[in-house]
Amino acid sequence: MIFSPEFEQRFTEMLTHYPSKRSVLVPTLLYAQDEVGYLSDEAITEIAQRLQLTELDVRNVISYYSMLTTKPRGKYNVQVCTNIACILRGADDLWEHCQKKFGLRHKQTTPDGQFSIEEVECIGACSWAPAMQVNYDFHENLTKDKLDTILDGYKKKA
Amino acid sequence: MADLVSHPDEVKVVSKRFGQGAADIDRYLALDGYKAAQKALAMTPDAIINEVKTSNLRGRGGAGFPTGMKWSFVPKDSPKQKYILCNGDESEPGTCKDRLILEHDPHSVIEGVMIAGLAVNAQSGYIYIRGEYRYLSIIMQKAIKDAYARGFLGKNIFGSGKTFEVYWHGGAGAYEVGEESALMESLEGKRGIPRIKPPFPAVVGLWGSPTVINNVETLASAPHIILDGAQKFADYGTPKNGGVRLFCLSGHVNKPGVYELPLGYSLKKMIYAVGGGIPGGKKIKAVVPGGSSTPVLTADEIDIAMDFDGVAKAGSMLGSGGVVVIDESTCMVRFAQYIMKFYQHESCGWCIPCREGTDWLKKTLDRFHAGGGVKKDINNIQYLAENMMGRTFCPLGDAAAMPTISIVTKFRKEFEDHLEGRPCPYDPVGSVRLLPVLSH
Repeated sequence: MIFSPEFEQRFTEMLTHYPSKRSVLVPTLLYAQDEVGYLSDEAITEIAQRLQLTELDVRNVISYYSMLTTKPRGKYNVQVCTNIACILRGADDLWEHCQKKFGLRHKQTTPDGQFSIEEVECIGACSWAPAMQVNYDFHENLTKDKLDTILDGYKKKA
Repeated sequence: MADLVSHPDEVKVVSKRFGQGAADIDRYLALDGYKAAQKALAMTPDAIINEVKTSNLRGRGGAGFPTGMKWSFVPKDSPKQKYILCNGDESEPGTCKDRLILEHDPHSVIEGVMIAGLAVNAQSGYIYIRGEYRYLSIIMQKAIKDAYARGFLGKNIFGSGKTFEVYWHGGAGAYEVGEESALMESLEGKRGIPRIKPPFPAVVGLWGSPTVINNVETLASAPHIILDGAQKFADYGTPKNGGVRLFCLSGHVNKPGVYELPLGYSLKKMIYAVGGGIPGGKKIKAVVPGGSSTPVLTADEIDIAMDFDGVAKAGSMLGSGGVVVIDESTCMVRFAQYIMKFYQHESCGWCIPCREGTDWLKKTLDRFHAGGGVKKDINNIQYLAENMMGRTFCPLGDAAAMPTISIVTKFRKEFEDHLEGRPCPYDPVGSVRLLPVLSH
């Protein structure tokens, strides 16, 4: 399993930060997922070996964290917040609109693998609600039109 | 990224460097940066703790525990390594303040961690940032690197011969991890499941060693207390509630945003004067005073002082500073439903009352709002929530129960209005979308 040089550099450096190897697990899984697109069997085996953990240990941790996934997702993962502050400002209409736009439901991916959509809990954008994240990018104070413009921008990049 | 707002009533302490490019170390130094850490280096640990005690600083994460007292709990004679852990797993719905601190003033957090470290004789600190805040993690990594390059961190901080290391750490999506013992589990590379207390983290924390865990805003307040004097900080607020804090206004207000106001500021004034009132001139129905886990207040209960004791007297909590305003057109059953959807999703499943309670409550509220409610459900919702209170390892069970109990007791009529298959009276359009559920 080959990760990028940046990944390797960060991994090696992080190991020096803690008295136990295992402590690097959660951030390492997220960075590995960013490179592979999801946590593949191969990536899990590799990380488990490096940290002297069993694969089961690693899978137990993966299943706990909502950002980690063992299934492939779209290149652009659209995460619409439907928590209270966003809901009060129209997030349910936005989520509905987003589902119709792609013809997808929660955690589904377009056939070309470019987009997946997800209904997520509070992303810390309450004062700029409603909000969504596309991968790690925040988009705030959304309206349906604004959401369309933003997502069409990603479509062009795709 | 996120827009900044301001209001004349604000007293900018923690937010004073916002929008001034202080993420850059030279700019930070020009704005009195790292002066407090150097001042603290010349002080004894007890003197630092006393200063923080005098400031009446209380934890900004939610519980409001006096910070100076928390620091004093670390055993001085312990031969073990000691740690500072900065909690930046900000995920309480309604709260978005730590994000601004980490974006605009990351060095103040590093400086706060250093001061806490000097106060308890720790030699390392970790800054845990939630996984969704990737851009903030990048900003923090750069800030730490810059501080090392200047000799502010490392083996010989400011040429004092003392060692202090600061590291960043990233999460991967979990509300539960904001609870201090779950946070430590997560940092140790495990599922974020809470630990039993006692022992408290101050005695047995990270890797079994004494650990001080503070919220980002709490630690970012420390440099201002050390540099400008504890009394000055205390005087901003009310007795036993020192200082100012970042309030995150959201929901149905004209000018939502993060405002730094003195503790004890009137909630009513915060909504109408600072927040610019309710859009469309509507009336308030309810207010969440401190993040989704705090009991909601009705429109008649908002004439209160926003400090820990003032909100407690009104039967709620100041919590994490997330003020969510709800106008008269909102259905409170639906609001309760969305709150419970969140806690059901975030319950880690370790304690049965929380795992089962949140799931039952979510299912009951879903069915209820869809028109499939029966009268005994109303008492059942309250009964289920009351039976989660105090019966779990961590406060997530309480956090789910408290708003639910307050909504079902204060807005019982709205629940009754949903009975017998009637469509939601507050949302006739939206209720058409709901699944048809039969009540009999």
